[in-house]
Amino acid sequence: MSFELQKLSYEYDALEPLIDARTMEIHHSKHHAAYTSKLNDAVNGTELEGKSIEELLANVSKHSKAVRNNGGGFYNHNLYWEIMAPGGASQPEGDLLKAITDSLGSVDKFKDAFANAAATRFGSGWAWLVKQGDSLVISSTPNQDNPLMDVADVKGTPILGIDVWEHAYYLKYQNKRPDYIEAFWKVINWDEVAKRFKG
Amino acid sequence: MSFELPALPYAKNALEPYISEKTLEFHYGKHHQAYVNNLNNLIQGTKFETADLETIIKESDGGIFNNGAQVWNHTFYFMQFAADGCEEPKDELKKAIESEFGSVESFKDAFSKAAATLFGSGWAWLVKDAAGKLSIVQTSNAANPMRDGLIPLITCDVWEHAYYLDKQNARPKYIEDFWKVLDWKVISERF
Repeated sequence: MSFELQKLSYEYDALEPLIDARTMEIHHSKHHAAYTSKLNDAVNGTELEGKSIEELLANVSKHSKAVRNNGGGFYNHNLYWEIMAPGGASQPEGDLLKAITDSLGSVDKFKDAFANAAATRFGSGWAWLVKQGDSLVISSTPNQDNPLMDVADVKGTPILGIDVWEHAYYLKYQNKRPDYIEAFWKVINWDEVAKRFKG
Repeated sequence: MSFELPALPYAKNALEPYISEKTLEFHYGKHHQAYVNNLNNLIQGTKFETADLETIIKESDGGIFNNGAQVWNHTFYFMQFAADGCEEPKDELKKAIESEFGSVESFKDAFSKAAATLFGSGWAWLVKDAAGKLSIVQTSNAANPMRDGLIPLITCDVWEHAYYLDKQNARPKYIEDFWKVLDWKVISERF
């Protein structure tokens, strides 16, 4: 069985003007597609073929660089597309809201800390909201690493992630990464984040 | 001492169509400038306040290293281009490249591959060691081969900001065009 490029549940232009259609199209049909096909190249015909992406990531230190980079790229972008949507709930609610407040102080403090993690990740990478048991922490990872990997400094289940590779925002925001991060808050699908929090 | 953005030795549209004016406006005018500004802010009140860039690259860490190395890397990158650079290496440099890599073409292939396969943000370099031996190295993010005692001769910036406006995901096309604006006269002088 091969990994397949996930279809988006919305059109490339659905997040306009915050994330433009051209960025979405290249990001999904070129970058994500390349991670997916390179992941297949790295595992097909090896003893890793047939393992789930979660299994691969959990033991990524034992695998090739190609599995780490492309497996991460495959998983991270799947999450990224799903936790965004046009017209999602505008704020976290219910149990998720309680966990954010308990673990991180308040929604505003959470947003500041997450945006800071995203803005200060030097070079390519991701910032994450990570579930550890009942609590939540914020982290960032370089390149296509993520909290599911055994090599991650902060391990857990990512329930929200922002891609801060320049390819995620350069056509629209160029050097202004903070403007992209600000726009990101307006396209988050909090229902999906809550679903991931429940597990 | 405060660092300044060095002037480019060519007009911002001089490298068209290989590297666009718009790319240079951001890459030089925004990114390079921001590294200079950040560095000047960060070194205030530290032991690096009066240090030169080479010392900063060899001895600092964290934000001072990242910004200091990126100032040096970008200056080194921008100063190696010209609209009318000679097309191929000559003389001693050509001999050194041929003796290490077989031919200028094989060297370009190996360097291009290093630039294309560096995962994430970073740089590909042609360097020489203390004995004058040439090699190709890759570094991530801001890292610079001088930290390892090597002398840089050529660098290719493969942070996406170096090519995304012009080439988007097609990094190999950017690398192909990189050779068309590389001024081998500058590289010879460095050698």
